[in-house]
Amino acid sequence: MKVVYTDSLVIGGGLAGLRVAINTKKRGLDTIVLSLIPAKRSHSSAAQGGMQASLAACVKSVGDNEDVHFSDTIKGSDWGADQDVVRMFVHTAPKAIRELSHWGVPWSRVRKGNREVIINGQKVTITERDEAHGLITARDFGGTKSWRTCYTSDGTGHTMLYAVDNKAIEMGIPVHERKEAISLIHDGKTCYGAVVRDLVTGELIAYLAKATTIATGGYGRIYAITTNAVISEGIGTAIALETGVVRFGNPEAVQFHPTAIVPVGILTTEGCRGDGGLLKDVDGYRFMPDYEPEKKELASRDVVSRRMTEHMRKGKGVKSRYGDHLWLDITLLGKHHIEKNLREVKEICQYFLGIDPVKDYIPVRPTQHYSMGGIRTKYTGESSTLRGLFSAGEAACWDMHGFNRLGGNSVAETIVAGMIVGHYAADYCRDHSVDFNTSLVEKTIAREQKKIDEILERPQGENVFQLREAMQATMMENVGIFRQGDALQKAVNDLKALLKRSKNIAIKTKVRHANPELVEAIRVPKMIKVALCVAQAALLRTESRGAHAREDCPARNDKEWLKRTLAYWKNEDDGMPTIEYENLDIMKMEMPPGSRGYGKDNTIHHPDTERRLKQVEEIKKSKPKADRFELQKALMDFPMPEEYRGKNERIGVGCQ
Amino acid sequence: MSGNGRKLKFHIFRFDPQQPGDKPRMQTYEVEEAPGMTIFIALNDIRAKHDTSLQFDFVCRAGICGSCGMVINGRPTLACRTLTSKFPNGEISLLPLPAFELIGDLSVNTGKFMRIMTERIEGWIHANGEKVNLDSLEERMDPDRADEIYELDRCVECGCCVSACATKRMRDEFLSAVGFMKIARFEMDPRDKRTDREYYNILGNDQGVFGCMTLLGCEDTCPKDLPHQNRIAYLRRKMLGAARKVAASAPARIGSP
Repeated sequence: MKVVYTDSLVIGGGLAGLRVAINTKKRGLDTIVLSLIPAKRSHSSAAQGGMQASLAACVKSVGDNEDVHFSDTIKGSDWGADQDVVRMFVHTAPKAIRELSHWGVPWSRVRKGNREVIINGQKVTITERDEAHGLITARDFGGTKSWRTCYTSDGTGHTMLYAVDNKAIEMGIPVHERKEAISLIHDGKTCYGAVVRDLVTGELIAYLAKATTIATGGYGRIYAITTNAVISEGIGTAIALETGVVRFGNPEAVQFHPTAIVPVGILTTEGCRGDGGLLKDVDGYRFMPDYEPEKKELASRDVVSRRMTEHMRKGKGVKSRYGDHLWLDITLLGKHHIEKNLREVKEICQYFLGIDPVKDYIPVRPTQHYSMGGIRTKYTGESSTLRGLFSAGEAACWDMHGFNRLGGNSVAETIVAGMIVGHYAADYCRDHSVDFNTSLVEKTIAREQKKIDEILERPQGENVFQLREAMQATMMENVGIFRQGDALQKAVNDLKALLKRSKNIAIKTKVRHANPELVEAIRVPKMIKVALCVAQAALLRTESRGAHAREDCPARNDKEWLKRTLAYWKNEDDGMPTIEYENLDIMKMEMPPGSRGYGKDNTIHHPDTERRLKQVEEIKKSKPKADRFELQKALMDFPMPEEYRGKNERIGVGCQ
Repeated sequence: MSGNGRKLKFHIFRFDPQQPGDKPRMQTYEVEEAPGMTIFIALNDIRAKHDTSLQFDFVCRAGICGSCGMVINGRPTLACRTLTSKFPNGEISLLPLPAFELIGDLSVNTGKFMRIMTERIEGWIHANGEKVNLDSLEERMDPDRADEIYELDRCVECGCCVSACATKRMRDEFLSAVGFMKIARFEMDPRDKRTDREYYNILGNDQGVFGCMTLLGCEDTCPKDLPHQNRIAYLRRKMLGAARKVAASAPARIGSP
């Protein structure tokens, strides 16, 4: 049995994983990162448009600060987010971006003087301040009160990932590539590491660690069409689920991005609309102002995706052999702007569609994009139910996005969570010593080996590619943007049957080493479990909140549903997940539930909302002289590692 | 987007170095073309329907991550964004990128190469140990300079330039264009405090920029259209200047031209 010991084991080499690793390494802990692929190829690199942080340097972000970012994020989440965590996040985001600047990200900068921008379809001249020249600038994004999304053209995730991975290399952090964690090693109370399969040699290796962090991204590939990379299959989530104790928070919270190209589902950034691009229908008519007169194309993602779908249902979509779509028009931004700030979009249009977005409209449709749900953690990033297991980034339900994530908040989360969770994971390693039980390790490896042997030896059985396709098809058909009880029930039934069939997979390629079919055979049953959690949680949640839109239950129902779904897989042989709930305590919220300001507000309110609103008013009245920091502390004191507590400086206002 | 249901013929390099007795060979697969089909779609189709053992690497499938470099009809490029409709006679040959360790079939170990390259050139910002206060305003940068750095930072480490490099094929230790482009990127970044002398120590020999034969396969094949020719010429001049300075300070070691 091959065993590798370390202090901090990080599963996943994207932004979140690498940033956790950097923080544990910085504290003198032995750290290893596992990755399916070279770290720089992680899906983080596909984040195009930018990272939100309230630096308030550009003239359209004057007045922005943590409070505004907080309020936007809570509204965006449809009050599903953990407000403590959002506070930690908005406070740390400016530091994160400044640190990345120090590590080499070439953030686009403010240029003093006049410049022409497109706002609401019109050319407008804005004047950047002299004193802000050379500071990090920002663009507009959906669902935000202020321009806050910092960027490098539309290759933001790429430049961030390169800077962070280069930092990790500088620090000598080993990244063990082409390694897949297929099971966690645990005793039901504590996590001790993972069983890892070498994707080249096929060998199973036990990686034992004090702290294990899952940072494997989202589970978009349970859908047939997604903007996600092919590795975003939710395997990290699944191995946590298979412990039987780890909770999968809000699986049903799945985001659909308004503008992926048709048919392949590759993303074109929200920056297209942030920079002034418009959505148009079959008649070339700009329809969003009719639905959302205030925010128009820049309403929150869930809202825009639903409005687009509604509009297509009215027959206003453009017919194509791949079904209906709409147009994204960025021609009004001009050649210079597109070639400088939307280069990836231009390349994608050129290579995959054979069109030039300087002249042509882009065919787009809402497409699965992001998993708000994930491994439920405390604010420290540690699992609420399995000690020593941490999670960060899209894989986690930390939970700063609730039921809808704002554009620009995902790469921001990866870095901020990496810093904070990395800090707490390092504390955990410092404060705990661990006894590794070798018989537990052997037993876990033997169990995984046996599963692989059975797959290889089974002469006849299910075709794994067909199972995957059937899972993806039912998720597409029945667990989409708009949801209904009967369709969700059908998805649950389909997936239950597929899970059963997945116990009988047989493969044609019988080799134990590099074998793509065996990889599929290991992954697909795990993916079906994740999909089942999504479908079942969506079926049970009989309300509409954020990206979870039930046509048969259109109201947001705080009275009964202001709670977080917790799915877990109680017994290995269960055919279904067990679902529990965790209440969100309104009486502790800094920002009690209210309206997001889209469409008609039909929220069914919780009785605590009014009580808390009164309380908040009283607290505010009782402190007429308090500055915003004192007031915030009085409303909701939040935890924070000491190293990140400092107040953030902004041009013109100092630390206020 | 074209697609007339024609039959495509894929001639694919097959070899599993871990399988005792296996020998490199070409294998042909027929695939029915679909509208908008890319090599990514076709290869997945082949794997699911014809040959489940076929190895290849894709991640983003959007031309962003650099995983899928391979030699397509004789030219190293990204497979994910290559449309099958580009090939009028429907014959497509696929080979793994040369100059990298072969994992199997079309899969090569670019990750190992790139990590070693980054360590060799110390491909990170050398800030000379300045401690930054993350609460304060960031250091300012000229907006044009930031844009110029981004231009070079767009490299996706796909390895096409390495595979297309004749010098690299003759000299195993040759740093190659990807390394030059990285150095060019850090050299223009005011946050990196390294001197020309330090860059010279990395680049100033036959394994570095002076070994380049200027055949410019890198420039021809770079999927991100990075300015290889321009930057390699720039680095050569720059390093020549550095070499003169080194020569002036230690003539016995370097010698004069």
